[in-house]
Amino acid sequence: MSVQTVSDVKATGPNEHGYRRFSLGELTFARDEYFVYIKWPTGRHVMSADGFLRALQRDVAWEFFYGIVNFDGVIGTVNHYGTVDLFAGRYNDAYRKAELDHLENFPTPLIKATFKAILEDWTNSTFDPFASPHETGTAFGPKAGDNRAAVTRRRVAAKRMVGVPEDEALRSDANGFPINRHFVDVPQDEPEVVVEPGFEGQVSAFNLFAYLSRSNVTWNPSVVSVCKDSLYCPTTEEYILPIIHGNDRVEWFVQLSDEIYWDVEDRDTGAVRAKVVMKPGDVAAMPADIRHQGYSPKRAMLLVWENASPDLPALIASGKAPTNPVNF
Amino acid sequence: MTKYVTRFGSLASYEKGGVEIIDDDPKRYAFSNIFEVASRSKPYAKVAVGKNMQYVLEVIRAEGTSEWRAAAHDEFALVMDGEVEIRLLKLADPSGVRPNHEGSIRLSGEPAGRKMGRVRARRGHMTLLPAGAAYQFHADRPGVVLLQTIAGQDTQYRWSEICQTM
Ligand SMILES: [Fe+2]
Repeated sequence: MSVQTVSDVKATGPNEHGYRRFSLGELTFARDEYFVYIKWPTGRHVMSADGFLRALQRDVAWEFFYGIVNFDGVIGTVNHYGTVDLFAGRYNDAYRKAELDHLENFPTPLIKATFKAILEDWTNSTFDPFASPHETGTAFGPKAGDNRAAVTRRRVAAKRMVGVPEDEALRSDANGFPINRHFVDVPQDEPEVVVEPGFEGQVSAFNLFAYLSRSNVTWNPSVVSVCKDSLYCPTTEEYILPIIHGNDRVEWFVQLSDEIYWDVEDRDTGAVRAKVVMKPGDVAAMPADIRHQGYSPKRAMLLVWENASPDLPALIASGKAPTNPVNF
Repeated sequence: MTKYVTRFGSLASYEKGGVEIIDDDPKRYAFSNIFEVASRSKPYAKVAVGKNMQYVLEVIRAEGTSEWRAAAHDEFALVMDGEVEIRLLKLADPSGVRPNHEGSIRLSGEPAGRKMGRVRARRGHMTLLPAGAAYQFHADRPGVVLLQTIAGQDTQYRWSEICQTM
């Protein structure tokens, strides 16, 4: 983090619990042993500290992702790819009708620096926001150290494909990625690759399932293969997706292993639309006008498939591209 | 200690989930299952199970030996079931694959060129099909490939047959 960025973050000294209070525009963020308190001119909101930090971790690591990252039914961000809206109640029908919602737009570097500072200050040494609840300690209690290594993990993003020379490396015990306890039965064999003389480095294959079995994070789509703007972003899922993702484009899921339950709601109002159960081999689209949250009882491999084209949000918002993936 | 079992699907054994509608149209979710599609496909038919603008995910039933194909962009073959040999060849005459063409094209017969190598891929293995290289699949027994690519002239759309409609 640069000195310039740090100086833009508005924070007080530690409170009686040891945590600093932060402000961004007209919103303030404070925490105590159990809860996070968010205030804006027309309202206030309380969240559990663990859930807040898990959501904040994704928002920071994903550079605000595609579209809307709802921390819960009230608080969240909208990515405009250069600027970010921070909102309270904006995508909540009751808040909107009562005119108590609030939205402010910030340059991405400012909100990112502030969110990073909150995450680093409020995450204790016992807690890893990317880990499943069973694999990490408590987020609660008075300020107790930090976990900078966990909250500043480098995000995997293959340029072409994992395992290709000069690209993202495979995972192994040796480089610090043991097989996850839920995936000890996943075969670790690598494909047999025969390369003819003169084509060294041009014939590439790897075991994606073994690679995913060694992921040490949950609900963190990371690019493994790139076909122009078509990105394979598989992720390993356990417990509950800590955010409710509101799409600004169509997104696709391919269930590679095990089972995930999805709640689907209207993106703008939160009204319930559907429940989706996904089993191995199932494929489903998430339309561009909904939001979704997943529940995974056992660590599962999910292939999230994105179209990263920067033109999509405007095309969909203007009606030039449909919110449905396909018409039939 | 709990013994965890990781469940994958296969042609021989798969179970579909589904969309439970509260207030929506199930067609909007284009819900299908890779193994179900492959179990009803002809060998090497390229059936779209996902589409996002020009990009597609194709399910390919690997059985016997495929035609040779090539694309001007990278494609990625993920084996979902079975064992598939993927043969790569550097085309002696790459002019048939125009630089900006999207999707793969069928090459007639055995194209001339130098062998680049081959990959024997099983479930979970992902293989890069490099831009400009010709490739051919071979499977002794039926297998399933999920292909990350761009829609082309041989991509088949059978949404109403493969997707949950109610
Ligand atoms: Fe999503």
